[in-house]
Amino acid sequence: MSTMTAQRNGRDVAPGLSDAPVVIDCRLDQVYYGGFLAVRDSHVQIPKGRITGFIGPSGCGKSTVLRSLNRMNDLIRGFRIQGQVRFQGTDVYDRKVDPVAVRRHIGMVFQQPNPFSMSVFDNVAFGLRLNRFRGDMAARVEKALRQAALWDEVKDKLKASGLSLSGGQQQRLCIARAVATEPSVLLMDEPCSALDPIATRKIEELMVQLKEHYTIAIVTHNMQQAQRVADLTAFFSVDITKGSRTGYLVEAGPTQQIFESPAEVLTKEYVSGHFS
Amino acid sequence: MNDHVAVAAPSAVGAARLERAPFERRALRSLVLTAGVWVAALTAAVPLVSVLYLLIVRGGSRLTLEALTSLPPAGFEMGGGFGNAIAGTVVMVGIAALLSVPLGVVAAVFLAELQPHSQLARWTRFAAKTLTGLPSVLAGVFAYAVVVLTTGTYSAPAGGLALSVLMLPIVVLTAEEAIKAVPRITRDAAYGMGCTRSQVAWKVLLPTALPGILTGVMLAVARAAGETAPLLFTALFSGFWLLEGSHLKLMQPTASLAVLIYNFSGMPFENQIELAWAASLVLVLMVLIINIVSRVLGRPRA
Repeated sequence: MSTMTAQRNGRDVAPGLSDAPVVIDCRLDQVYYGGFLAVRDSHVQIPKGRITGFIGPSGCGKSTVLRSLNRMNDLIRGFRIQGQVRFQGTDVYDRKVDPVAVRRHIGMVFQQPNPFSMSVFDNVAFGLRLNRFRGDMAARVEKALRQAALWDEVKDKLKASGLSLSGGQQQRLCIARAVATEPSVLLMDEPCSALDPIATRKIEELMVQLKEHYTIAIVTHNMQQAQRVADLTAFFSVDITKGSRTGYLVEAGPTQQIFESPAEVLTKEYVSGHFS
Repeated sequence: MNDHVAVAAPSAVGAARLERAPFERRALRSLVLTAGVWVAALTAAVPLVSVLYLLIVRGGSRLTLEALTSLPPAGFEMGGGFGNAIAGTVVMVGIAALLSVPLGVVAAVFLAELQPHSQLARWTRFAAKTLTGLPSVLAGVFAYAVVVLTTGTYSAPAGGLALSVLMLPIVVLTAEEAIKAVPRITRDAAYGMGCTRSQVAWKVLLPTALPGILTGVMLAVARAAGETAPLLFTALFSGFWLLEGSHLKLMQPTASLAVLIYNFSGMPFENQIELAWAASLVLVLMVLIINIVSRVLGRPRA
C-alpha cells in the first residue's frame, strides 16, 4: 500500500518507515473554510500503536489536519475538503459514513481541558453510557482512570465535580473520558499547552504508556515534546506566497530523521530554530 | 548613548510626586462625577424602596392568617381575605409555565444549537423579540378569542394561556442565551465523544445551561404573576374556591391577586381597600421570593 501512495505523490510518508500497519491514511488535497484555502497537499499515514507528532509554525494547518481526521471540522461553517481520509480502509468523508460514528472510533483530547460540569465518575462514564454500555460501569471507569494515571488522585472524590480538579488533572480526566470507550485512535490537539511543566511531563509519560493500546496523533507547538514522545513526526509549514496563508505538509518520517537529517531545507531551519 | 537617554528621561518630567493632590483639577472632576453617580444610583432605588415601604405600612397590618385563607368579602362585609386569589394566581401561572417552558426551551435548543443560522431561526428570534414588547392586554384579547369564545366561559386555562403568551418569549430568549453561553470547548468535548446533535443538546448543553434557563423561567414567572390586563378578559374574577369539595373546577371564572387588587382598590369600602393593600404586599413578596430563588439557582456552580 505504501509503495503505491509513494509513487502517486512524493510527499507521502516514504515506505518502510514503520513496520506497523497504517490505521489512518490521510490524503487531504485541499481543505477550505469558505473560500479560504487553509491546507493543501497533506498526505500522512498514521501507523498503529505509534505516536505521530504534527509540528510546524502557527497557521500551518496542523490542527486543521488533525481535526479533519475525525470530522470535528464538520462543525465549522464553510468547511469542505478535497481528498480522502481512510480509516481502516474506509473513507470517513464517504457519503454513507456517519460522522458521529467516526468520532466514537477516533477519540479526541483538546487544547483546553474540557471536562463536563458533572462528577468525575460521570465524566468518564459519559461515553460508555452514550454507547449503551451494559456491564460493570464502576470497573470500566476505574480502568480508564488508571490508564490515565489519575485513579490514585481521584478515587476518593469520584463524586466531586470534574471542574474542581487542577488543570493537569482535568486534562487527564479528559484522556480517561476519551479512552473509556476504547477508541482505536486518540487525537490530541496541543494537549499540554494549557498546563505547567510538571503536568506536561505526566501527560507525556501517559502518552507513551497509552500507545501500547492506542494509536495516537498529537499536534504540538513544542519541538522538544515531539522529540520526547513521537515515533513519527510530520512537519507542516505555511505558504504565504499567494497573499493567502495556506498550510501544507513539508515532510514526514521517523522523528529522529526529521530532527537530525531532514530531507527539506525548511524542516532543517525549523527544527534548528532558524525559522523566521 | 541609549543608556544615557534612558537614565536621563525621568528628570524631563521632574521628580516623581506620588502624594495625593485632592484639589488638583483631575481629582476634583473625579470627585464631582463620583458624587453624581452615587446620586443617580440612589435615585434609581427610590421607587422600589418607597413602594415597598408603603406596601409594608399599609398592607402589613391586614396580613393575617384570615386574609391569606378566607374568601373575598362582599360589599359591606367585614373581614374576609384573598385565599382563592392566591390559589388562582398559582394555578394560572402554573398552567402558563407548563405551556411556555417546555415549548420555549425546546425552541431555544433549535435557535442556539440545531439551526442557528436558518431562516426559520431568524424569523423565530424576530418574532420572540417582538412578542416581548407585546402589550399584555393583547395577550388577553388573544386568549379570549381562542379559549373563552370557543369554550363559552371565562376560565383558569384561558388565563394561563394569556400568561403563557407573555412568558414564552422571555423563556425562549433567555434560554437561547444560556445555551449559547455554554463554552465552545464543552461542545467540542461532547461532539468529540461521538454525541449526535440531540445528545449534545440533552446530555450536555441543557444540564450545563440549566441555571441560566431557570433564571429566565423564574423571571418570566415573576412577570406573569403580576399581570392584570390579560386576566380581565380571560379568567375574570371569582368569589369562590377553585376546589369544590375534592373537584378542581378549572372551567369557571377564576380569582387572581392582580385582578383582586384592581377590583378592590377602586371600591369605596375601607375593608376591601385594606385587603387590596395586603394582597399587593403578598404579590410583591411572591415576586421577590421568585427573584431570589432565580438568583440562587442562577449562581454559577463551582
